[in-house]
Amino acid sequence: METMNKRIATYINDNIDEILKNWRIKMEEEEDDRFFQIMSNNIIDNTVREFGELMVSSLTEESSTYTAKLNEFSVQVVRYGWSISFVLKALTNFTEVVYEKMDEIEYLNEGDFQTHKEILTNWITPLNHSIVDAYSVVWEKTVSLQKIALQELSASLIPVFEKISVMPLVGTIDTERAKLIMENLLQGVVKHRAEVVLLDITGVPVVDTMVAHHIIQAADAVRLVGAKCMLVGIRPEIAQTIVTLGINLNDFTTTSTLQKGVEQALAMTNRAIVEVNA
Amino acid sequence: MNLRSSVDIITEWDIVAARQLGRNEAKDVGFGTVDQARITTAISELARNIYLYAGKGKIEIRQITEGNLRGLLVIASDKGPGIPDVRKVMEDGYTTSGGLGAGLPGVKRLMDDFKIETVLGEGTTISATKLLR
Repeated sequence: METMNKRIATYINDNIDEILKNWRIKMEEEEDDRFFQIMSNNIIDNTVREFGELMVSSLTEESSTYTAKLNEFSVQVVRYGWSISFVLKALTNFTEVVYEKMDEIEYLNEGDFQTHKEILTNWITPLNHSIVDAYSVVWEKTVSLQKIALQELSASLIPVFEKISVMPLVGTIDTERAKLIMENLLQGVVKHRAEVVLLDITGVPVVDTMVAHHIIQAADAVRLVGAKCMLVGIRPEIAQTIVTLGINLNDFTTTSTLQKGVEQALAMTNRAIVEVNA
Repeated sequence: MNLRSSVDIITEWDIVAARQLGRNEAKDVGFGTVDQARITTAISELARNIYLYAGKGKIEIRQITEGNLRGLLVIASDKGPGIPDVRKVMEDGYTTSGGLGAGLPGVKRLMDDFKIETVLGEGTTISATKLLR
């Protein structure tokens, strides 16, 4: 087996230029030309060469060296934005080209099908797996980073005046975010000693019964810690859907804009903004 | 004309995908912002019901023509437990999940036409239409 691997590796090394050329023709036939058009020739050439080296290294080198190389390669193709299906296809095509070529010149003399199959399985299957793994690691990392970013953006309570705080809500509210909103709201009210909290829903695209339910619950909880909750930024179309849905927001003070909300909140705390005549 | 598209509802985020699709289709038919909001909200309710009560299902959205009116047909289907008492779920304030209980009656009011077909143990299909007037 070992020698077989070495033989294939030697063969690939000796004929790398031709293999890569044929491989590329094959890829260009199958894939949209679009792909080869957007990438600069330089990058394609380099990547193709690296890909070839990687294939050889997977046959000959220690698994640790090879794993490091594979990771580096995967990260790079992910950065180029190559799709995983494209890379896997590239892998399959590469093997096909190599086998066709070797078959042509009867490099692997007697057609011992079983041995060939074993080599193929031992060579390609782990390669497929590790590419899929590398991709999913990159994806998972991106998703979890975005999740953190989203959480940071979600629901911060901003003290605007003494006793008045605003929580702007932007984007879709799901169960997880609703929980976060509730927590931040209550903590913020206590921390900033707010007496009036304005929930601004200008940036919430859809207010359905679930969103309304969460808002009502949040307002009830705010009342329990001794503050008042106002709903501001209700767009006309949202107002109409809320009415049609039959959601009762009678316990709320509501206004169309944040500005009006702030004015009312000031009035509720016996203050007002006045113009100063110089 | 019978353009159709659908979204499978499996996770909570599929609800967002379904209503995004609904909004785009509604825009495409020519609905104004208020009707767009109505349709998206209705889809949101239907998709959330699938997610909450059936676990998984499908929202299908078709552009339709009725007479000389264009419109949108939303079909929410699942193979969930079915609804034991349809009259009850259409009452305002009836809920089994601690919600507001405004979902289905609300959808009926948001849309022009509303139909429930449900078989216990086999699933539920809800179709709702909104016509462009």
